[in-house]
Amino acid sequence: MSHAGAVPLAPIDTLGQTEYSRRTFGFTPGKFAMWLFLASDAMGFVGLLSAYIVLRFANPSATWRPETGNWVAGAEGAEGLPALAPILTGINTFILIVSSFTMVLALDAIQKGNQKGLKLFLGITALCGMTFLGIQVYEYQHLLHEGLSMWVHPYGATFYICTGFHGAHVLAGVIYLTCIWIKSARGGYTKENHSAVELVGLFWHFVDLVWIILFTIIYLF
Amino acid sequence: MNAPASPGAHAGGAEPHAAHGHDHAGHDEHHEPGFFRKYIWSHDHKMIGKQFLITSLVWLFVGGGLALIVRWQLGFPNEPISGPLGSLVEALWGTRTVNGDVYNMAFTMHASIMIFGVIIPMLVGAFGNYLTPLMIGARDMAFPFLNALSYWFMWPAFLLLTASMFIGGASGAPASGWTAYPPLSYLAGQGQTLWSLGVFLAGASSIMGAVNYITTIVTMRAPGMKFFRMPMTVWAIFITSILGLLATPVIGSAQIMLTMDRVFGSSFFIPKGLVQGTDPDLNPYQMASGGGAVILYQHLFWFYSHPAVYIMILPGMGMVSDILATFSRKPIFGYRPMVYSIGGIAGLGFIVWGHHMFQAGMNPMLGMTFMLSTMMIALPSAIKTFNWLATLWRGSIQFTVPMCYALGFVSMFVIGGLSGIFMAATPVDMHIHDTYFIVAHIHYVLFGGSLFAAFAGIYFWFPKMFGRHMNYKLGYLHFAITFLAFNGTFFVMHLVGLGGMHRRTQDPYSYYPYIESMLPENRIMTISAIVLGFTQLLFVFNVVWSMFKGEKATQNPWNCNSLEWTAAPSPPPHGNFGPVIPTVYRGPYEYSSPEVAEDWLPQNRDLAKPAGAPAGH
Repeated sequence: MSHAGAVPLAPIDTLGQTEYSRRTFGFTPGKFAMWLFLASDAMGFVGLLSAYIVLRFANPSATWRPETGNWVAGAEGAEGLPALAPILTGINTFILIVSSFTMVLALDAIQKGNQKGLKLFLGITALCGMTFLGIQVYEYQHLLHEGLSMWVHPYGATFYICTGFHGAHVLAGVIYLTCIWIKSARGGYTKENHSAVELVGLFWHFVDLVWIILFTIIYLF
Repeated sequence: MNAPASPGAHAGGAEPHAAHGHDHAGHDEHHEPGFFRKYIWSHDHKMIGKQFLITSLVWLFVGGGLALIVRWQLGFPNEPISGPLGSLVEALWGTRTVNGDVYNMAFTMHASIMIFGVIIPMLVGAFGNYLTPLMIGARDMAFPFLNALSYWFMWPAFLLLTASMFIGGASGAPASGWTAYPPLSYLAGQGQTLWSLGVFLAGASSIMGAVNYITTIVTMRAPGMKFFRMPMTVWAIFITSILGLLATPVIGSAQIMLTMDRVFGSSFFIPKGLVQGTDPDLNPYQMASGGGAVILYQHLFWFYSHPAVYIMILPGMGMVSDILATFSRKPIFGYRPMVYSIGGIAGLGFIVWGHHMFQAGMNPMLGMTFMLSTMMIALPSAIKTFNWLATLWRGSIQFTVPMCYALGFVSMFVIGGLSGIFMAATPVDMHIHDTYFIVAHIHYVLFGGSLFAAFAGIYFWFPKMFGRHMNYKLGYLHFAITFLAFNGTFFVMHLVGLGGMHRRTQDPYSYYPYIESMLPENRIMTISAIVLGFTQLLFVFNVVWSMFKGEKATQNPWNCNSLEWTAAPSPPPHGNFGPVIPTVYRGPYEYSSPEVAEDWLPQNRDLAKPAGAPAGH
C-alpha cells in the first residue's frame, strides 16, 4: 500500500483546490468539470433532437418540407412552407469548422508560448462565430418572411428550437471567446498558464460538433 | 490511478500547478467572513449544506400542508376544512371547502414541491454538500462558487412554484399533476408556465450540483482514499450525480418545448384538431397548427423522471448503509456488491422509463421490453436488501434514533419495492394504473424510503453539523408516531387502490358510487395523515431547540470510522481538517476489528504508529 507521507501545511486560503487535488486522466478539476458539463449539455440536445426525429417520422414527408430550393420562388412544400437553404448553411457550417481549426491553432500557439498567435487565432475564432450568427439571423429572417414560424407546423417548431438552442450556444461561445481574447490581448496567458484557453476550446469544439450533427440531420436528410 | 498524489507528483503533470490555480483565481481570499458571507452567500460546503437542509425542511411543511388538503377532501368530502389549515386555505384561495380547482392544484403542487423542493434538495443538496468533502477528506467542494450558485438557483425555482399557485387564483394554478402531461398542461392556466420555468431552474441547480459532486469526488479524495475505500454515502452521491447530470437536461428540453407550446403557439406536443375554431375561452396564443406528438412529452418526461426516482432513493440507501454498519458494529456486508448494485440500479434506471406509459398507447412490444428491464431492477435492489440484513445479522445492534429510522427505511423500502413489481408487470399494471395503489407505492419509497433516510441522516449527522445532540427522547417519540401514522396513511392506500379507487379525483364518491364504500378507509387515512403531519412539528421543534440548547457533542459521538468524524471539533471549522489533510489507510467499515481494542478503527488511523487513536475522543 503506498501513501504519501505527511502532507505539507497548506495555507487555508487554497480552499477548493486542496494541496493534493489530483489529475484524473491528466485532467485538472476545471477540465474534468467542463467535460461533465458538455456531457450534460449534449443530453439537452439529445432531448430536442429526439423531438425533431419523432415529429418528423410522425408527419409524412410530403407535409414536412420541400426537398429542394434555395428560397427560389415556387419551391414551396405542400403546406406552402419554404425550403431550407443547404448551400448557404453549408457555407455557414464551413465557417464554423474553420473556426474550430483556428481554435486549435490558438491553443497550439500558446502552448508554444506565442502570445501574438494566440491573440490572432482567438480573434479569428470569435469573428467566425459572429459570422455564423449573422448568417443564422439572416436565414431566420428569410424563413420567417417566407412564412415559416414556430406555430405553422412542427417543421418550423423543431427547426427553430434545435437551431435556436445551438445558436444560443454559439452566442455564449462568442461571449466566452471574447472574454478570453480580451485577457489574451493583455498578455494574460503564458506557455505555463493557459488552461482557460483549453476550456474555451473544448466548449467551442463541442458547439461545432453539435452543429455538424444538427446540419446533417436537419438540412441534409 | 488511485494512488494518492503528492504535491510533488502534481507539479510533474502535463501542466504545472500554477495553471491550475488560475481556474480558481478570485475566490476565497480568506478572512473571517461577515454575516452576509457566512450565512447567505457562503462558499463553504457545510453552510451550503445547512442552507439546503433548512430550506427543504421549510418546504416539507408547504408540501405537507398541500397533502393534507387532498386528504381532507377524501376523508371528509365537500366539508369545509376545520382548524388553522382551513383558515389558511380560505385566506389563500377564498374557499374553505376543497373544490375541484383547489384539489387539482393541491395534488399537483404537493408532488412538485416534495420532489423538486424537498427530497432532491435535501438528499442530494443538503447531505451531498455537507458530507461529500468531509467524507473524502477534502477541504471543500471543487468549485465553491458554483456550489453557492446551485443553492441560489433553487430560490427562483421556489418563487416560481409558489407564484404558480397564486397567479391566477386556484383556477389558474398548475392542475395537471406533477407530470404535467400535455394536452392537459397545455390547456391549464397561467400557473403552468411558471411551473415549467420553476422546474427548469431546479434542474439547472441539480446539474450544477452534479458537476461539482462528480469533480470533487474524482479529483479531491484525500491521500489513500481509493474509490473502493469511500463510504457508501459518497458512492451513492457519486452515482446519483451521474444520473442527474445525464437525465436532467432532457426534462429541461421537455419543459422548454412545453413552454413554447403554451406561449408561442408551437405544436411539439399538440395533436391536430385539439384546438379548433375560435373558442373565446381559449388563450389567444393557442393558435397551434397541431401535428405534435403527445406521447413524445411522456417519453422525454420519464426519461428524466424515472432516473429521478433513483436520484431520490440512492443517497438514502447510501446513508442508511453507513448508519446500519455503524450501529451494528459490523463491517457492511458485501461492500463491493453494494457499490455495483447501486451502479446497476442507476444503469437500469435509464432504460425503464416506459413502464410509466403502459397505458399511454405505446406499442405493446415496447411495453414488454420495458417490463423486462424494470423487473431486472429487483436484482440489484434485492442484493442491497439482503446485504443490509446480513449486516444486521449477529451485530451488536444499538437502537439509537438514527438506527430506528434506518431500520424503518429498510422495511418500508422493501414494501415499496415489492409493490413496484406489481406495477412493472404490464397486465397487473392495467388493473392498478392510476389508482391509489400507485400512490401507496410512491409514498412507501419516497416517504418510507427517502424521507426516513433523511430523518436518519439528520439525527445521525446533526452532532457533526451543529455540534450538539438532538433530543433522543423526542426522537424516539417522533419515530414511533411517524412510523405508525405513516403506515396508517399509506398502507390502506394499497387496499383502496386494488379496490379501484382512482387517484386525482376530487370527489370520487359521487362520480363512482362503488367507491362510496371506501369512505371509512379514507377517513382512517386522513386522520393518520393529520397525525403524521403534526408529528413533524415535533421534529422541527427538536431540530431548532437542539441547535441552540442540545447536549454538546464530542468529535465522534457514535464511534464511527469515516473521515467526517475525524474532523475536529464538531462542527468542523472552515477548511474541515486543520493544517493537515488526513491520510486514509483502510475502508470505512472496520468495526469490531481484531486489530484494535476498541470496536471501531477510523479510516485515518495508522496502525504502524504507536497507540493513541488520532480520531478517538
